[in-house]
Amino acid sequence: MTDLTELGVAAIRGGVAKGDFTAREVAEAFNANVAAASALNAFIVTTPEKALEAADAVDAARAARKRLGSMAGVPIGMKDLFATKGVQTTAASHILGGFVPPYESTVSSNLWAAGAGMLGKLNLDQFAMGSSNETSYFGNVISPWRSRESNAELAPGGSSGGSSTAVSARLAPAATGTDTGGSIRQPAAFTGITGVKPTYGRCSRWGVVAFASSLDQAGPMARDIRDCAIMLGAMAGFDPKDSTSLDLPVPDWEAALNADLKGKKVGIPREYRMDGMDAEIEASWEQGKAWLRDAGAEIVDISLPHTKYALPAYYIIAPAEASSNLARYDGVRYGLRDLPEGAGLQDMYAATRAEGFGDEVKRRVLIGTYVLSAGFYDAYYTQAQKVRTLIAQDFANAFEQCDVILAPTTPSAAFALGDKSDDPLSMYLNDVFAVPASLAGLPALSVPAGLTQSGLPLGLQIIGKAFDEQGVMNAGLAIEQRANFSAKPDRWWA
Amino acid sequence: MSNYRIQGETGEWEVVIGLEVHAQVTSNSKLFSGASTMFGAEPNAQVSLIDAAMPGMLPVPNRECIRQAVRTGMAIEAQINKFSRFDRKNYFYADLPQGYQISQLYHPIVGEGSLVIEADEKAGIPQPKTIGIERIHVEQDAGKLMHDQHPTMSYVDLNRCGVALMEIVSMPHMTSPAEAGAYVRKLRSILRYVGSCDGNMEEGSMRADVNVSVRKVGSPELGTRTETKNVNSVRFVMAVIEQEARRQVDLIEEGGTVVQETRLYDPDKNETRSMRSKEDAHDYRYFPDPDLLPLELDDAFLEECRASLPELPDAKRARYTGELGLSDYNAAQLTAEVETFARFETLLAEAASQLGKSEAVVATQVANWTLSVAPGVIKSLGDDARMENNTAAANAAILKLVDAGTVSGGQAKEIYEIVLKTGREPDEIAETEGLKQQSDTGAIDAEIDKVLAANPDKVEEYRGGKDKLFGFFVGQTMKAMQGKANPQVINELLKAKLG
Repeated sequence: MTDLTELGVAAIRGGVAKGDFTAREVAEAFNANVAAASALNAFIVTTPEKALEAADAVDAARAARKRLGSMAGVPIGMKDLFATKGVQTTAASHILGGFVPPYESTVSSNLWAAGAGMLGKLNLDQFAMGSSNETSYFGNVISPWRSRESNAELAPGGSSGGSSTAVSARLAPAATGTDTGGSIRQPAAFTGITGVKPTYGRCSRWGVVAFASSLDQAGPMARDIRDCAIMLGAMAGFDPKDSTSLDLPVPDWEAALNADLKGKKVGIPREYRMDGMDAEIEASWEQGKAWLRDAGAEIVDISLPHTKYALPAYYIIAPAEASSNLARYDGVRYGLRDLPEGAGLQDMYAATRAEGFGDEVKRRVLIGTYVLSAGFYDAYYTQAQKVRTLIAQDFANAFEQCDVILAPTTPSAAFALGDKSDDPLSMYLNDVFAVPASLAGLPALSVPAGLTQSGLPLGLQIIGKAFDEQGVMNAGLAIEQRANFSAKPDRWWA
Repeated sequence: MSNYRIQGETGEWEVVIGLEVHAQVTSNSKLFSGASTMFGAEPNAQVSLIDAAMPGMLPVPNRECIRQAVRTGMAIEAQINKFSRFDRKNYFYADLPQGYQISQLYHPIVGEGSLVIEADEKAGIPQPKTIGIERIHVEQDAGKLMHDQHPTMSYVDLNRCGVALMEIVSMPHMTSPAEAGAYVRKLRSILRYVGSCDGNMEEGSMRADVNVSVRKVGSPELGTRTETKNVNSVRFVMAVIEQEARRQVDLIEEGGTVVQETRLYDPDKNETRSMRSKEDAHDYRYFPDPDLLPLELDDAFLEECRASLPELPDAKRARYTGELGLSDYNAAQLTAEVETFARFETLLAEAASQLGKSEAVVATQVANWTLSVAPGVIKSLGDDARMENNTAAANAAILKLVDAGTVSGGQAKEIYEIVLKTGREPDEIAETEGLKQQSDTGAIDAEIDKVLAANPDKVEEYRGGKDKLFGFFVGQTMKAMQGKANPQVINELLKAKLG
């Protein structure tokens, strides 16, 4: 019998629909893998009973010949940034320790309505702030991948490191991610899976713990493009409860997948080619160009002149919004409360937040508070917003000349845990290729492109026009078909 | 310029006043959530997940609140900004779950406008004065802390948290407590006409932050101002200005300087005291709320807002004195409160219809009835008055009896009393209770003859030129008729007989 955990979303859905296996069998298989993988620390809480419950509902629906949803029978991992009714939701923080929401996020509701089930809540960088998963209060996730050269534990990427690890290690066929400045794409690249950040506003932010509201965007992380297309279709849609949600119909991306790029132009941004660029990254980028040309596309050079200002602008805007978004964690209504003997309100705030937030969260709250304060606002925040406008304009100009943009996802393959944790700037640089598309709100993805000499996955990034997830996924599919990426991590953890 | 002056040791001072009025927007639900805004519910009974700032919750603007702010702006003839935006005002307090208030700093929905306060000689406002309004913006109210529920802990009630407020910011155009009082009253009246705020100051629907500074008379420079927060009645606004102006003058004359600070008013002691100075002022770190798109108003929406505006106080007053020929006093009294003009206009229409005359012809009679006669009777009856009997139809029927000369003014009041107590028909009451005046010329004629016959000397004197005696004959005749004769008929008959 097939190992069901080797199957992706489309295969599971198809097999369940045809009756090759039951949804319950699938859920049981993944539950078993999850249970055996505690060494990876990918999950903060596991919910095997939820996965079984959803599976049984699908099996019953099938038996009753009811119409099955687009994710019917597919158990997934839920990043612990999405509020799940009755299930602890922490954003990997101490300050939300034990918080059990009485509500369900729009995106997770959509997924359950499409027939998916929940294997558990996935670990992440605390409040989605981080690129290595080391800022989680619950300890870092460990990548299932290992270099051929050393047994050092590797970063699974961040912030959606639990999601990337779960999918890559076959603990889940797919998982939700959120991407504020690369948090879907970078971990996907590090673990050899596919992750799609849709256009800002495609997926409702309602019920997603906010990091930086103008950037946060949920998306799917799965084995391949088709699985991502299916899952994104289930996640997306207009939500009147989110004022920034796009009031547009959700296209049938899966049905329109097409790897023939004849007549399409692929832009290569000159500014992404940096001094001292990793040779393997450069080679992979060249390979990507060749594959896309092979798929019929024309390769054109483009310029995104303000690229170098993107990361600094991002590290003003995102912390500014975060400093305000995280003000609600004050110990008054829910989550952690630290009330020292005889303390007043201010003391309670100080004690609770000192205890409840990790260092990286504090660092960003401080940065954000600083850049918004009187006397600095114009120099930082206003300037950063102008840069943001210029970056969006760069992309708009570039898309006059091309349909999608090809770039590396990350400047390197996965680094070892601990390598960058004492050097925030070097950590932030990991998102240098991912951040511009986030600032411009554009759809982008990372698709596996191959392995480094030391056997670690590399990803290629496709960035597209606003609302053109289809174009992005089609180009991703063209790469996927040619890269033929089949490597998977050895199962050292079980 | 008012002549309000503060007499100091070193000479005369004048006061400069600006007001920021927070008016609760009339709406069923809050500014960004679906929770109810009803006053007086159990603590925390009207709190949505958004109001409590649960993780991942997002604000969605309530269209009705926006509409009310726009209508209010139109009522003060202000610039309506088709593009406005919400900003976050960040500070920590237990009554502010989000850790920020959503407000509008940079791009308010309403720009410059103005209102006119009426002349009031007695209050030292010799002529009408235009008070500039700088802006109106929309923002969330905070919750309420309760400190009297527990010996060491404070309780939080979030019912009010997230309710929509309009902050209406005046220019520093007022120069006396009376002007400030008149401004608040006029603003309240406009808000109530428009229906955008119920103006109920006791329930906190309207509160004012009072900015006061003083300067030597004639000085072009503005003094340093203080801001006294959350003043919740017109009387207190005026008291704050008096106290604060006096305090500032005394302070400066004693060689001190006024510090820019936030103060609180203590009505029990009738004094203001410092809350926090500029040095410990918060840095609110305002920035555009990234959860909300800019608010863009289209022409159709604006047109709908404009079309929905009622006749406003100034226009109504002008119509009352112009078209209806009412006195300035009556027009001012009738238009001050929504309830008063509503009652007046309903009765006016009904009376004009029952009397078969134009509104202009009956307006003064209806105004006098509405403003003095009817309230006097209602007051004298106290709890015996059953207001459900106080219908426009009944009131108009009484006015018709008066107009036709069927009943006297005094009889009208008596009939009205019975109407209020019992709900019986005025015509029927006049009939069965004998509350009709005698207009039968024959009967009056006979009594006049008797009076004249009984007073031949007075008749002689009158004819000799003592005109004042006319009243005596009227009185005697009325007495003989037991007060039920139509005085007009008596007058006419007497004149004819006395020649």
